[in-house]
Amino acid sequence: MENSFLQWLAQPELTHYLMLGAMLFCIGITLVLTRRNVIMVLMGIELILNSANINFIAFSRYSVITLDGHLTALFLIILAAAEAAVALAIVLNIYNRFKTIDIDEISLLKG
Amino acid sequence: MEFTAILFYVFSITTLGSALFMVFCKNIVHAAFALMFTLLGVAALYVLLFADFLAATQVLVYVGGILILILFGVMLTTQGFSSNLKALTTNLLPVSVVMAFVAAGMMYVFYTSSWPVVVMDEPDSTITGLGMLLLHEYMLPFQITGVLLLIAIIGALLMATRIKHPN
Repeated sequence: MENSFLQWLAQPELTHYLMLGAMLFCIGITLVLTRRNVIMVLMGIELILNSANINFIAFSRYSVITLDGHLTALFLIILAAAEAAVALAIVLNIYNRFKTIDIDEISLLKG
Repeated sequence: MEFTAILFYVFSITTLGSALFMVFCKNIVHAAFALMFTLLGVAALYVLLFADFLAATQVLVYVGGILILILFGVMLTTQGFSSNLKALTTNLLPVSVVMAFVAAGMMYVFYTSSWPVVVMDEPDSTITGLGMLLLHEYMLPFQITGVLLLIAIIGALLMATRIKHPN
């Protein structure tokens, strides 16, 4: 049992990358849920998207879908860039109106 | 232990360690720099998975673009000198306990389930294949992504430049 586990540890394969993605996803969710600063929440979202990307590319390496996973990850990176640009514009507007970016303070939908 | 295994563990520890540093550090600029190390570690893991073009894209777009954008956001939304660089946390203990359990559950599932692993032979470069796929089978998503980027740029410009300054 011990020996096989060590042998499993010594050869990184699909499972290792999936576990790494799971840990990164949970760290990102923790960041989104615990921070009160909007920009830190955005950073947590980037971590979550990166963990999904790791999963896509790991599956495209270790299964028969070779380049489709790469393309999905590429589209995901583009979507993350668009999301970051729009979200930061929204954050600037929020800061201009409320003079804070603490999400506990921003509780009005009607400006 | 192979050399690639050692590299994998080095890069995973870099990625996860700086991600954890982001959770627990107080200064938001330090967190942004930790995010840079996380993204670089992820790019190195892409290289280990033979995704060369994606690793380059990750470095260019994330480290060169999104991270700079986030740092600009930090600079534009802080009042005064270094007074508001502290980022407060709420419910850190319960959320991290719950998330540790979720991570443990997911890792248990991944470890016990048997994945049908097919190791393909290593490609020299993925750029040719990616270009062919992008211009044949993925033509429509490619165009739609272009339109989406245009919409996002116009929307972000409109929202960021129409800020009325109350005087």
